[in-house]
Amino acid sequence: MNHVGDPFIFPALITGAALFAVGLAGITLRRSLIAILMCIELMLTGVNLTLVTFARANADLNGQIMVFFIVTVAAAEGAIGLGLLIALYRNMKEVGTAHLNQMKE
Amino acid sequence: MNDFIQQGLPQILFVIFCVLAVVSSIAVVTLKNPVSAAFSLILVLLSVAGIFAMQEAYFVAAVQILVYAGAIMVLFIFVIMLLSIEQVDLDMPENKVFWGVPIGLGFVFFLGMGFVLIKGSSAGTKGPFTTQAIEAAGGNVRVISEVMFSDYILPFLTMGMLLSICIVGAVLLAKRRVD
Repeated sequence: MNHVGDPFIFPALITGAALFAVGLAGITLRRSLIAILMCIELMLTGVNLTLVTFARANADLNGQIMVFFIVTVAAAEGAIGLGLLIALYRNMKEVGTAHLNQMKE
Repeated sequence: MNDFIQQGLPQILFVIFCVLAVVSSIAVVTLKNPVSAAFSLILVLLSVAGIFAMQEAYFVAAVQILVYAGAIMVLFIFVIMLLSIEQVDLDMPENKVFWGVPIGLGFVFFLGMGFVLIKGSSAGTKGPFTTQAIEAAGGNVRVISEVMFSDYILPFLTMGMLLSICIVGAVLLAKRRVD
């Protein structure tokens, strides 16, 4: 790899991988929609961290701009997901994913 | 002492940020109270913003704090308080045996990514934006804005459209009633 010499690169990459893995484990572990949404944000943060680290390792700014777009998409995704959560709670009085399939008409 | 502030302190802070991010991400997954999980997630996002700043990605660090830890997490906590979700029944599997599958899945992914990071290869060609080049061109934010409003102008405008559609979609979804 070409990130020899900078002491910050490798720990940051490991942290990004750990955040992604913990988020993935959380999505499969939790049943409530709000926890799943938070775990998705966790996974996106891990990806962002990896992108910024590689952008620094390769002296290239495209990764940082990609992170900006990912944050925007995450904001949109969070708004839609929480809208779904409110719709689910108003109709079913619960936030689990078990009855989510009854929301389709 | 000066040498310590220049060399040693950033490394110690960096390790603290990394450990804090990983530990509080595990707290996000394991804490049952949604408010505690949301605050742990804020801690993760702030530590990652610190890591961004230490890698000289100042604009991304500011966006991370303002948009992610500010706006998105306020939305989350607002919804948690609006619906007053205290604790969800059957949120996590009762039987501890079923914990093995998610933990194993996460572990396999982590090992796979670690393997790629250690053994993988990259193109090896460095881009033009070294620290000195960015410094000479007027700083991180200026260089990012120049790239974003020239090469990435179409994705930037598309993001505006995405956010407009998303506002309409969120309102429509939240008003929805199933008979």
